[in-house]
Amino acid sequence: MSKEIVIPFGPQHPVLPEPIHLDLVIEDEKVKEALPSIGYVHRGLETLVEKREFPEYVYIAERICGICSFIHGATYCQAVETLMNVEVPERALYLRTIWSEYSRLHSHLLWLGLFADGMGFENLFMDAWRLREHVLDDLEATTGGRVIQGSCKVGGVRRDIDAAKLDEMSNGLDGFRGELADLVDVFLNDSSVRSRLKNVGVLSKHDAYADGAVGPVLRASGVASDARMLGYAAYGNLHFKPVVEEGCDCYARCAVRAKEMYASIDLIKEAVQKIPDGPIEVKVTGKPDGEYFARAEQPRGEVVHYVKGNGTRHLARHRVRTPTITNVPPMVKMLAGCELADVPVIVLSIDPCIGCCER
Amino acid sequence: MKEEEEPITTIAPDDLLDKVRAYDDAGFRLVQISCTKIEETFEITYCFDQDYRLDSLRLHVPIGTTIPSISGIYWGAFIYENEMHDFFGVEVAGINVDYKGNLLKTAKKYPFSNVTFRGEVTCRKK
Repeated sequence: MSKEIVIPFGPQHPVLPEPIHLDLVIEDEKVKEALPSIGYVHRGLETLVEKREFPEYVYIAERICGICSFIHGATYCQAVETLMNVEVPERALYLRTIWSEYSRLHSHLLWLGLFADGMGFENLFMDAWRLREHVLDDLEATTGGRVIQGSCKVGGVRRDIDAAKLDEMSNGLDGFRGELADLVDVFLNDSSVRSRLKNVGVLSKHDAYADGAVGPVLRASGVASDARMLGYAAYGNLHFKPVVEEGCDCYARCAVRAKEMYASIDLIKEAVQKIPDGPIEVKVTGKPDGEYFARAEQPRGEVVHYVKGNGTRHLARHRVRTPTITNVPPMVKMLAGCELADVPVIVLSIDPCIGCCER
Repeated sequence: MKEEEEPITTIAPDDLLDKVRAYDDAGFRLVQISCTKIEETFEITYCFDQDYRLDSLRLHVPIGTTIPSISGIYWGAFIYENEMHDFFGVEVAGINVDYKGNLLKTAKKYPFSNVTFRGEVTCRKK
């Protein structure tokens, strides 16, 4: 007769880059229920709006996450700029788009490496991170920072990229695309990877939508939803279609992220072609009053930065709904009924960023 | 900056479940639930999205009021309701997965419930 036991998973676990704890209720090696708990890296960043004036808070917004830092900063700026009716120069919007897509590239490559490591494919892990270095090099050359860029500000951006560097970046992406194809080929066509990921952690289209999944988790379940379609920054001027897969499993989530990297390359190249000349920032005067929910597409999915101003230099409230926190309930659904040995792969398949999740 | 229209409808706590059910029936997804402490009340906002349109419902409830959980309608809402409880101390009745204050392990209980500084004075020398 089978017996129910509870196995603690995390907060320290070889496949977890950041701490999350799961109580796994197990019966005969099958997970009956998973109960997540977080709170190991809560930093109280949102309350810092009380201590930092709105223009300097962008540095804190960027530090919400160490991977998708640029997009956090840009979305915060977008929220404050909308609140204050700031007309951001077109060139700054294109630069934000270029850096956002570089951020997506490096985040997806980081995830592919961690995912390969989680499957025990260490050589693939190293190859993914080797490629990621090219992306980080371009980010460092254009912003001065590899993971925390500090190049976004309320009213525009702090740094410009000259035409020669933009061309060099665009040309470099051609060679990068070829190397990426070799890497993606292994993730999508290797028989051991396929057998490790296919039909594992299935999340139906209905559950993904109804339970609040976002980003690659939602799109891998067949829902074409991507916040870039809102047309913020320069996305409204670029050709873009969400990458959608119908498999609903870990393989489909991997495929969405792999294919999104090609979409990012195309977006960067198009943005480089279309970027107009002109100023990169405007002077921002006044104090924010009112409220706004700014949305953007992080590598992990839709992020919401809510800002509420009270007519002073300090915001009354800043609330960030990150993609990971909204992907936790769908992850609980994916885990119910899975094999114990599949738990690490399923948890990694939502690309959890706990630093973001807890702020 | 292209501004996205974001209608916010203020409702009474008693109407919450009916209004949320109407969003669910119309095919909206739950985007988030947020809370802001304004003097002695909590301002709670429920955001929904359909076809990139963001609609919100808003409650103003005095501190100490218990609000109903919407997790019976939107299953995944439990994460926001537990978070709101653990950060602000908002009591939510009937959450489908109720951590009873143990989702977020913070050193200080309800860390966002007592705001100490609102920029009235400079906090550092300039």
